[in-house]
Amino acid sequence: MGRIILEQVTKSFGDVNVIPPLDLEIEDGEFVVFVGPSGCGKSTLLRLIAGLEDVSSGQISIDGRAATELPPAKRGLAMVFQSYALYPHMSVRKNISFPLKMAGLDQAEQNKRVEAAAKVLNLTDYLDRRPGQLSGGQRQRVAIGRAIVREPAAFLFDEPLSNLDAALRVNMRLEISELHNSLETTMIYVTHDQVEAMTMADKIVVLRAGHIEQVGTPLDLYRNPRNLFVAGFIGSPKMNFIEGAEAAKHNAATIGIRPEHLSISKSEGQWKGTVGVSEHLGSDTFLHVHAKDLTSEPITVRSDGEVDIHHGDTVFLSPQDDKIHRFDKEGLRIS
Amino acid sequence: MARAVTPARKATVTVFAWGVGLLIFFPILWTILTSFKTEAEAIASPPSFVGFDWTLENYSTVMERSNYFLHFLNSVVISVGSTLIGLLVAIPAAWSMAFVPGKRTKDVLMWMLSTKMLPPVGVLIPIYLIFRDTGLLDTRTGLVIVLTLINLPIIVWMLYTYFKEIPVDILEAARMDGASLRAEIIYVLTPMAVPGIASTLLLNIILAWNEAFWTLNLTAANAAPLTAFIASYSSPEGLFYAKLSAASTMAIAPILIMGWFSQKQLVRGLTFGAVK
Ligand SMILES: Nc1ncnc2c1ncn2[C@@H]1O[C@H](COP(=O)(O)OP(=O)(O)O)[C@@H](O)[C@H]1O
Ligand SMILES: [Mg+2]
Repeated sequence: MGRIILEQVTKSFGDVNVIPPLDLEIEDGEFVVFVGPSGCGKSTLLRLIAGLEDVSSGQISIDGRAATELPPAKRGLAMVFQSYALYPHMSVRKNISFPLKMAGLDQAEQNKRVEAAAKVLNLTDYLDRRPGQLSGGQRQRVAIGRAIVREPAAFLFDEPLSNLDAALRVNMRLEISELHNSLETTMIYVTHDQVEAMTMADKIVVLRAGHIEQVGTPLDLYRNPRNLFVAGFIGSPKMNFIEGAEAAKHNAATIGIRPEHLSISKSEGQWKGTVGVSEHLGSDTFLHVHAKDLTSEPITVRSDGEVDIHHGDTVFLSPQDDKIHRFDKEGLRIS
Repeated sequence: MARAVTPARKATVTVFAWGVGLLIFFPILWTILTSFKTEAEAIASPPSFVGFDWTLENYSTVMERSNYFLHFLNSVVISVGSTLIGLLVAIPAAWSMAFVPGKRTKDVLMWMLSTKMLPPVGVLIPIYLIFRDTGLLDTRTGLVIVLTLINLPIIVWMLYTYFKEIPVDILEAARMDGASLRAEIIYVLTPMAVPGIASTLLLNIILAWNEAFWTLNLTAANAAPLTAFIASYSSPEGLFYAKLSAASTMAIAPILIMGWFSQKQLVRGLTFGAVK
């Protein structure tokens, strides 16, 4: 069980207001990702839920119970830290069983649960080692093991993968998603990486400067970004924005079109430009096209991997009309 | 970027390190050698290194003339006592400065360190007078008090730097894992802080053991530690280099042996790869 509700929660550090009044509901069993640029208050929000920081005002409830005043130990949540925060003087076994020991479980039950968690996380052979003798990925697993053994109401993750190399990150991403599928426990996951957000979340909360910009499923945010910030933040490569005369044609201050919704041709199309840098990924090619009379930024276009277009070629781009996003002067979506 | 370690470079570094090491150790070695010579050999020119008549005569004379064990006991009481009391005061102080720093924490630390920059002789007269009037002159209690105060800034600073290295994340992880404050202190904090506290303890015992300014100025006979015992052999009555050396050797031997056995502890770091 892990339904978490935040009502009018604020947080200031001294004079600096990091979280303005914020409301949020997290349903039981949901995988929620807080995503936003560095310094936007994601960690602070997570730590408020964890109880590691006190709210400046507002209410937090967990499973219908007022939790605002509860210390972290009483909230029944488990957290995985970016730094892993393992106990350096304890073996892996002791690390994982620590929450069980704190909960007062007997030794036999502790062992049973530790062995089970170690099996799921491929740590069985490492139970007697110290954290210092493990690789980054293994330490990450120990941190996750320590979180799952006590069957918390919800898991909190603060950028857990950012210290891992790219390949391992993809693996761990899948493992955490699988863990969520099998445990069906609420997970709140903080990241600045929108790819992690898109691939893992049931629900994404986009934050900027402590404000919630939009809440929705990954596809919601992809299809109907509420404003320019969300439009630019979600999706990779980033959405192209065009202002001025071309936008006015669509009765908007700014229009946005994703690289995958543009087609490219050497002979005909709506917008004319010159090919700059191309990035070949094998499956896809991303072409950066300069169209000076539209926008000063290069326009990114996704094309198939074997496209026969080169640096300096003159090309024509055509957007899919129904995939054009329109925004007003304030940057809000016009629907 | 790691530079390649060529055999030649390695040899140079090794020779250099040994050179510096021997240079530092030489006076101690010479003292020890001299303590086994007769007074005549001790001042012979050119001096001989090992080819002299080894004798224990100096040691027996020193043992006869002065009460070594009293001084030894005084040294132990004063150095251990002042260090333990210092730790008792400094642990909570450093703790709060490391984990709940305020706006002025840095200033307080700097101020404490700045007291170590004053020449102690500047406060000798007032302290001497206070000690005289309170009857603390030439008492172990008096010396424990003075050395505690003298070394407190260093103890606080050392502990502060050690505590600072304990990642707050780990303490927070313990809280998330359901640890009460008591459990957090017993199972997480203390095991991680003990190596730092132990290093501080050892280093301060050594500092207090070797402290000579206050111990010489505030004692006469009863509370005199080994530093005063050495000094009593450097009298102008005549040249007693060999006996002086024997006294010095006896004074430094205990701390040297303790230092030798605890060197690992003295240089040991705090964390072992918990974070990152
Ligand atoms: N303990 C603190 N004291 C003062 N300011 C803080 C503290 N923790 C965070 N902040 C500030 O709050 C803002 C949000 O920080 P954080 O939640 O860590 O961002 P994120 O995790 O999104 O990168 C930052 O501007 C940061 O400087
Ligand atoms: Mg953060």
